Amino acid sequence: MDYSPLMLSLKVAAISTTVVFISGVFFARAFARKQFFGKSVIEAIFILPLVLPPTVVGFALLLLFGKHGWIGKWLLEWFDVQIVFTWLGAVIASIVVSFPLMYQSAAAAFNSMDDRIENAARTLGASEWRVFRTISFPLAWPGLLAGLVLSFARGLGEFGATLMIAGYIPGKTDTIPMSIYFAVESGQMEKAVFWVVIIVALGFSTILWLNWWSRRNMLRYANENRSR
Amino acid sequence: MLEVDIKKRLSHYNLEVDFSMGDEILVLFGPSGSGKTTILHTIVGLTKPDEGTIKLGDKAFYSGKKDSMSVQARNVGMLFQDYALFPHMTVEQNIQYGMKRKDEHRSFVIGQLLQVLGIHQLLVKYPHQISGGEKQRVALARALASEPSILLLDEPLSALDKQTRIDCQNELIRLHEMWKIPFIIVTHDREEAEKLGDRILFLDHGKIIDERKSPYTDSPHSTYSY
Repeated sequence: MDYSPLMLSLKVAAISTTVVFISGVFFARAFARKQFFGKSVIEAIFILPLVLPPTVVGFALLLLFGKHGWIGKWLLEWFDVQIVFTWLGAVIASIVVSFPLMYQSAAAAFNSMDDRIENAARTLGASEWRVFRTISFPLAWPGLLAGLVLSFARGLGEFGATLMIAGYIPGKTDTIPMSIYFAVESGQMEKAVFWVVIIVALGFSTILWLNWWSRRNMLRYANENRSR
Repeated sequence: MLEVDIKKRLSHYNLEVDFSMGDEILVLFGPSGSGKTTILHTIVGLTKPDEGTIKLGDKAFYSGKKDSMSVQARNVGMLFQDYALFPHMTVEQNIQYGMKRKDEHRSFVIGQLLQVLGIHQLLVKYPHQISGGEKQRVALARALASEPSILLLDEPLSALDKQTRIDCQNELIRLHEMWKIPFIIVTHDREEAEKLGDRILFLDHGKIIDERKSPYTDSPHSTYSY
């Protein structure tokens, strides 16, 4: 049995989750409790991949990152990096489809925070970076972690956009969902079932853990409120 | 000496106040929505007035929209309504958060402060494990530990029961005597205003409609009550 799809899937999901976590937290924090011209439009663009068919996202990525695409052409000329039909394509597809989940979780976490607590830190002389590091981030952590886990799971399961931009090249771009599809196509049911079991187990344990974690947090907050 | 002369357009009226104070306890007294908290926020730097000046000694906090000192640079202590303690830090971490340096003199002063406030036995507890009155004392210690040049208190006692309230009022007066910096206290409780204030400013719809010294030091007649 070739385990490379599992390793590739984990690698793609880990890299994309890292990028999505940092950028999602950055934008959510920057936009939290602020109103400015164009905010709704930018947020709509952030969330759009969540509601679009994966083929549309894949098509857009091909336009951008293809050999003649705006970004793809530039990357190829300047850095000799090709995105289409490489595992990097799979990473980019994962980033685009999982970013909305991270952004929404992070935005909810930052917006629900009591801004007096951050203001209290400012009045005590803390710089904006220190306020973020010691107050906003730790207090938003349960929400951020939920976003992180969901993004990872979403990245792991990404299929449609990945198929369009990275294709199916065994040993190169064959993530688990991709392997399942092409195993079924070629009648290798045993292989398909194996990967299905693996990915269901991964997804199931992720959700189970997330539920356990959020219930534990809710209980903690309930206790805090009771003792108030 | 704190000098405040500001104008700010609010949704229902225009805030327009002009006052100055020394190292005394000044009480801003008035009904809800009379602009008391907004005044505190302009002094601490969380909101900007539309025009005017705010000065503490020779430090200009605000002298125009483009000339506004950051919250961090003002060194104004603030006690928020409901205290805004950091829920994920212990009492000790809360108090140390704003301390600028940790030397022997500071440790002594903080130790004394903890004694006076009676919270030295709470240091390892988290905010959700302590009572309302204790939270109020911890918030006071936290604000004072950062050595502010002035302390603003937004309805500091409104969440407390009557006995705790009276205890805390006495503590505030004692702390003010110890610290010798200007205190501005916002309240809509008349008794409290009279007990705490060296001077009381009566506010309504964003204007100072009357001013008087504490009845305990001087007693001119006033007909205002809320």
